[in-house]
Amino acid sequence: MIMRLTINGEKKEVAPESMTVTELLKHQGVEIPDMVSVQVNGGFVERDAFDSSILKEGDEVDFLYFMGGGCFA
Amino acid sequence: MIDFTQSQLERYSRHILLDSVGVEGQQKLLSSRVMIIGAGGLGAPAALYCAAAGIGTIGIVDADAVEISNLQRQIIHFTDDIGKAKVASAREKMEAINPDVKVEPLRAFVNASNISDIIDGYDFVIDGTDNFATKFLINDACIMKGIPFSHGGILRFNGQTMTVLPKESACYRCVFHKPPPKNMIPTCSEAGVLGAIAGMLGTIQAAEALKCITGAGEILADALLTFDALPMNFRKVKLQKNPKCAVCSENPSITVLQDEEQQVCDLK
Repeated sequence: MIMRLTINGEKKEVAPESMTVTELLKHQGVEIPDMVSVQVNGGFVERDAFDSSILKEGDEVDFLYFMGGGCFA
Repeated sequence: MIDFTQSQLERYSRHILLDSVGVEGQQKLLSSRVMIIGAGGLGAPAALYCAAAGIGTIGIVDADAVEISNLQRQIIHFTDDIGKAKVASAREKMEAINPDVKVEPLRAFVNASNISDIIDGYDFVIDGTDNFATKFLINDACIMKGIPFSHGGILRFNGQTMTVLPKESACYRCVFHKPPPKNMIPTCSEAGVLGAIAGMLGTIQAAEALKCITGAGEILADALLTFDALPMNFRKVKLQKNPKCAVCSENPSITVLQDEEQQVCDLK
C-alpha cells in the first residue's frame, strides 16, 4: 500500500502507508533531522516529536531548511 | 512634512507615480531609518536599493574588509575597494547614488552586548548575515525591541526570506528554534552561491523594507518564501506563530540576549 502526501507543495506517493516524520525524512534523503524544520498541515512538529508523529494519507508536509548566506557580520 | 525640491520630485517620480507610495509614501521613506546588518551578498543590493529609494538614514554594520572573492556577488564593492572596510566602501556607493541619504556606517561584529544599541531607533532591520548565531540574535533583539525585520538566507541556487512583525507574526525562532549543530549546514563560502541569487534575495529584502515603511501591499509575514533558481520555482510556505516559541510567545524562556554558540564560518 502507498500513502499520498504533499511534500513541499508536490504530490508524492510514498510507501509504506504509515510512517513517522523521522521515517519520512529518511525516506526523502534527509539524514540529519537537525537540518530541517517540519510542518504538517500548517502546524510545526517539535523536533522531539519527529519519532512519534505518524503521517496519514493526504497530509501536507513542509520541510523548511536552514539557509545562511549573505555575509559574516 | 518634507517639501520636495524639484530634483527630488524628479528623482523619486517613479515612486510618486505609484498609488500606494505617492508623495506621502516618499516622505515616509525620507524620514525613515533602516539598519542593514552585513554589507555582503544580501546587504549589498539591499543597501543600494534602500539608498536609491531615499531611505533617510541607513545604518550599515560589518566588520570585514573587501576581498576579491566578494566581488562576484557583493555588487556594492568594486575591484578598487579590495582591502577597504566594507562599510566604508558601501557608504561611498550609497552616497554617490543618492546624496539625500545619511549613511551611518559601523565597522564591528554584532554580538549580544552591542546589538540593542546598534538597532536602537531604527524602523526596520535587514538581516544580511551568514551565520546562524547572528541570525538568531537579530531575531531575538528585534522581537524584544519591537522592530520589524527581514530574514534572508541563500545557498548555491536557493534562497529563503521572511519578514517578521514582532509579536504579530511568526518569527525566525518560531520556525527554526535554535541554531543547527556546528558545521552541519554549509555556508556560501564552503558550498558556493550563484552571484545573482544574492541580488534576487537582497532585493526582495529591500522591497519588504520599502513596503513596510510606506504601508504598500502585504508584508511577507507568517510565510517563508523559498526559491530554487535552477528550475526557477518560487514557493510561499504559510507559517503561524509557534505558541511555544522561546522568544515571541506569551511566556518566553529567552528574555535576555545571549550569543548562541558561534557557527564556524570562514569566508576566506
